[in-house]
Amino acid sequence: MSQWEKDPVVTVEHLTMRFGGLVAIDDLSFNAGRSQITALIGPNGAGKTTVFNCLTGFYKPTEGRITLRHDNGETFLLERLRDHEIARDAHVSRTFQNIRLFSGMTVLENLMVAQHNPLMRASAWTIGGVFGISGFRQAETEAIDLAKYWLDHTRLLDRADEPASDLPYGAQRRLEIARAMCTRPVLLCLDEPAAGLNPRESAELNQLLRYICDEHGLSILLIEHDMSVVMEISDHIVVLDYGSKISDGTPDHVRNDPSVIAAYLGVDDEEVDAVVGTEAE
Amino acid sequence: MEYFLQQLINGLTLGSIYGLIAIGYTMVYGIIGMINFAHGDIFMVSAFIGLIAIILLGIVGTTSVFVIILALLLVLVIAMVLTSAWGWTVERMAYRPLRTSFRLAPLITAIGMSIVLQNFVQITQGARVKPLQPIISGGYVLMEKDGFVVNLSNIQIIIVVVTVALMAAFSLIIALTPLGRAQRACEQDRKMAALVGVNVDRTISLTFVVGAALAAVAGVMYLLYYGVIDFYIGFVAGVKAFTAAVLGGIGSLPGAMLGGMLIGLIETFWSAYFTVEYKDVAAFSILAIVLIFLPSGLLGRPEVEKV
Amino acid sequence: MAASQPAAERLTDSLKDAVVAAVIALALFSGLIGIRTTADVGGLGLNFRWELLAAAVATVFAGRFLLNVFVWRTDKPVTRLFSGPMPKIPGLDKLGVIAGPIMLIAAFMLPVISWNFFGQQNRYIMDLAILVMTYIMLGWGLNIVVGLAGLLDLGYVAFYAVGAYSYALLSTKFFPLMVELGYAGPGIMDWAFWVSLPLAGILAAFWGIILGFPVLRLRGDYLAIVTLAFGEIIRIVLLNWYEFTGGPDGLSRIPRPSFFGIPFSRGEGGFADFFGLGYSPMHRIIFLFYLILILALITNFVTMRLRRLPIGRAWEALREDEIACRALGINTRNTKLTAFAIGAMFGGFAGSFFATRQGFISPESFVFMESALILAIVVLGGLGSQIGVVIAAVVMIGGFEIFRDLAEYRMLVFGLLMVSIMVWRPRGLISSRNPSVYLKERKAVGAEHVAEGRG
Repeated sequence: MSQWEKDPVVTVEHLTMRFGGLVAIDDLSFNAGRSQITALIGPNGAGKTTVFNCLTGFYKPTEGRITLRHDNGETFLLERLRDHEIARDAHVSRTFQNIRLFSGMTVLENLMVAQHNPLMRASAWTIGGVFGISGFRQAETEAIDLAKYWLDHTRLLDRADEPASDLPYGAQRRLEIARAMCTRPVLLCLDEPAAGLNPRESAELNQLLRYICDEHGLSILLIEHDMSVVMEISDHIVVLDYGSKISDGTPDHVRNDPSVIAAYLGVDDEEVDAVVGTEAE
Repeated sequence: MEYFLQQLINGLTLGSIYGLIAIGYTMVYGIIGMINFAHGDIFMVSAFIGLIAIILLGIVGTTSVFVIILALLLVLVIAMVLTSAWGWTVERMAYRPLRTSFRLAPLITAIGMSIVLQNFVQITQGARVKPLQPIISGGYVLMEKDGFVVNLSNIQIIIVVVTVALMAAFSLIIALTPLGRAQRACEQDRKMAALVGVNVDRTISLTFVVGAALAAVAGVMYLLYYGVIDFYIGFVAGVKAFTAAVLGGIGSLPGAMLGGMLIGLIETFWSAYFTVEYKDVAAFSILAIVLIFLPSGLLGRPEVEKV
Repeated sequence: MAASQPAAERLTDSLKDAVVAAVIALALFSGLIGIRTTADVGGLGLNFRWELLAAAVATVFAGRFLLNVFVWRTDKPVTRLFSGPMPKIPGLDKLGVIAGPIMLIAAFMLPVISWNFFGQQNRYIMDLAILVMTYIMLGWGLNIVVGLAGLLDLGYVAFYAVGAYSYALLSTKFFPLMVELGYAGPGIMDWAFWVSLPLAGILAAFWGIILGFPVLRLRGDYLAIVTLAFGEIIRIVLLNWYEFTGGPDGLSRIPRPSFFGIPFSRGEGGFADFFGLGYSPMHRIIFLFYLILILALITNFVTMRLRRLPIGRAWEALREDEIACRALGINTRNTKLTAFAIGAMFGGFAGSFFATRQGFISPESFVFMESALILAIVVLGGLGSQIGVVIAAVVMIGGFEIFRDLAEYRMLVFGLLMVSIMVWRPRGLISSRNPSVYLKERKAVGAEHVAEGRG
């Protein structure tokens, strides 16, 4: 029995999302295993980002249930929480397809904003902070340390005081991941983290994600078109097409699944090559 | 019932004027996404131009219907042309240099322009209220019951008819002509429109010209209907018309007209049945309530949050 | 291109451009300057002023021509020139570091300097200084909402009004009633201002939340019109609720502030008597100046402090990207509400000060134009910049007073100035942003990176 069936961090059951007459997701169910990298793939318009938006509370699902389980057994029904509650209480963190950084703030400030909630508590909801209570200063030092840790691991430490929008594209992608990590997530949702990266940066990303997953025991949910990333680092792949699941299993299983090949054949040569061809590489 | 009918007529007349001004706000907002705070003052300028033209042509006191109609058409044309020139100049001086700049800058220049226009007119024409004798008189008695008379005056008919005609013509322009197409293209994506050969600067200039021309019609009607103007009418009418544009859904032309009518009706009915002092409070409160439930106004395209 | 243009060609082009400008000016001015409506017996008459029209058109022609030839040095209309990158003024962004302390010292010294060197003018200068300080405080308060949180508030004056009327009503109606009923000693009247000040701030903040709660999910210009509407509603209610607010007559005989319980009165027990000084009406004025200076400095201090706290960072993050904020677990509605409430609170403090300084308030002081003026100070100064607000307030309010002799032309010049400054520096005078936290060195963030918020 696979990890995602034994110990799922998130269970999606009968998820349906309709926009007016358009069915973006149709009765989708899948699990994502704890401390595993789960990839969500599928042709363009298959509904992958919609799944993310339902998961992180940006959309309210029309039907279905999304259950998140923490290590300590605490469970959260994500479809009942609002977006910021999912990030704050359930500790689900995400990045965006088109990078959303606080562009006028420095790299370090971006990471400090990510630690808003613990810092708010430490500043006694601002009142203590205005008078400079010592607990807050302590918390702020710790927050900077955590930021430094992730800046170090994303190779951004020496650019910490620069405005975020001054960074090159690849660094902005890494910064967004570092920022998501600073919320101390249990589940990290990455929406096309490798889009626009060159092969070297892409390989570096693989390492970073594996590091996050293996060393920090974090669960990662990943949308990605770059099959070299998907096939190399995923433990588990879920394939969507037209809002429904067409395949679910290990990379090897998915790669040889005829329905996946059919779906991709109908769409885009390059991606078919990527799925079918990785074996040969 | 009679009272109600009378208020309905008055409300629709007022609403027509608001609607015409609101179109100017909504068009400019649609195309460059800014609140043209000076638009209300453009309306005020047009009322003054209309007043001067009327006196210049010596219409006051004339009794021949034919002469009056001809002269008023001439007044309308003069007011529209000159007001358009004002609209064009304001855009050129205060907004175009800030086209690529950030959103609040043109808002501040618009407020500055509004101050400039108000005080310019105050200085050149004096601060005193300008009364004009009624030019179009007469009307019809629709109903008479228990001594209460429901009147529909000629000027009210003219205002509503002209407004409806202009709206129809204007919708056709937007739907069918190259200008309308260019305008809609700029509204969607200004950069892309420029890439496929739309002259964006000219289209925006024309938008201001058309908006000012419609405000000029509203200005002349206001003058004929109320018979008193001063340099301050632009602010009040402007805020109401902007409220109307937002209520209807800013960026939407039918929305501007609908919003204008609603604001006119709300104001009139509130004054008639409750208190005249709080008519603005009623209009603003309804705006706030509508926006709470329909954040994009009545006919506005709901803003889809793209994540 | 412009540089390589032969001089003769430039001259003819400039001439052509000036002629076009003159023709447009003729069209624009023909009705409004050339003809003036006059009130005659039995209707309106007209007064023709062709020489004035000619003078105005000639001014436009000459001005445009000279500017074309000597300043812009091109045939291109001026409006094209400005659309390039923002003109940079070296050092202006660093000005804050040096100018801040200098201005602070100057502000503290001002009463002394004015007292000793400006004899006759002393009263006028101090009154003007108090006015400027009031706008600086209002600007700083609004800066929290517009500059930091990026929420466009066109009705800020409403909170100023709430503060002013709170103090006025408490001190003229509520406290006397308390004394009459025996709940408070008559001594409370000497402390009226000091008791009312925090109450007025709290009430204004409360109104900020009341307004903010339903409307803060609106975006951009929808928020702008609703805040504008709210400002007008408050004013109309103040104007018409005669029994409570005195309607258009306003409230008068509002108690003047005391020096912590010691009134500024002539004779025994007064401020002059207590400190063994000769009585002078200027004592109260100088006290008022220091009072508003301290209030404004508190506003500034709290704002600077908040910027370095999580709440302040959340405000700025909200201005940059609201969706990202939500993805990071920030409750955006509460964050916006705190910005609104804190901004409103400082507006309320300023309002109480205004009431106690004037001794009389009426709805006329709280019109939309005031909101626009405060917003203009914030935007002209540079969104989010504290020192920018000071410079803008001094230039706008001070300049407005200096041109007093121009009488009715003053507002016209004021409007033109507003347009010109904005066209010249669209991001305001001081537009760079100081990071709230740094690892190695604090580098200012250039204006081109900073977002302006959509709310």
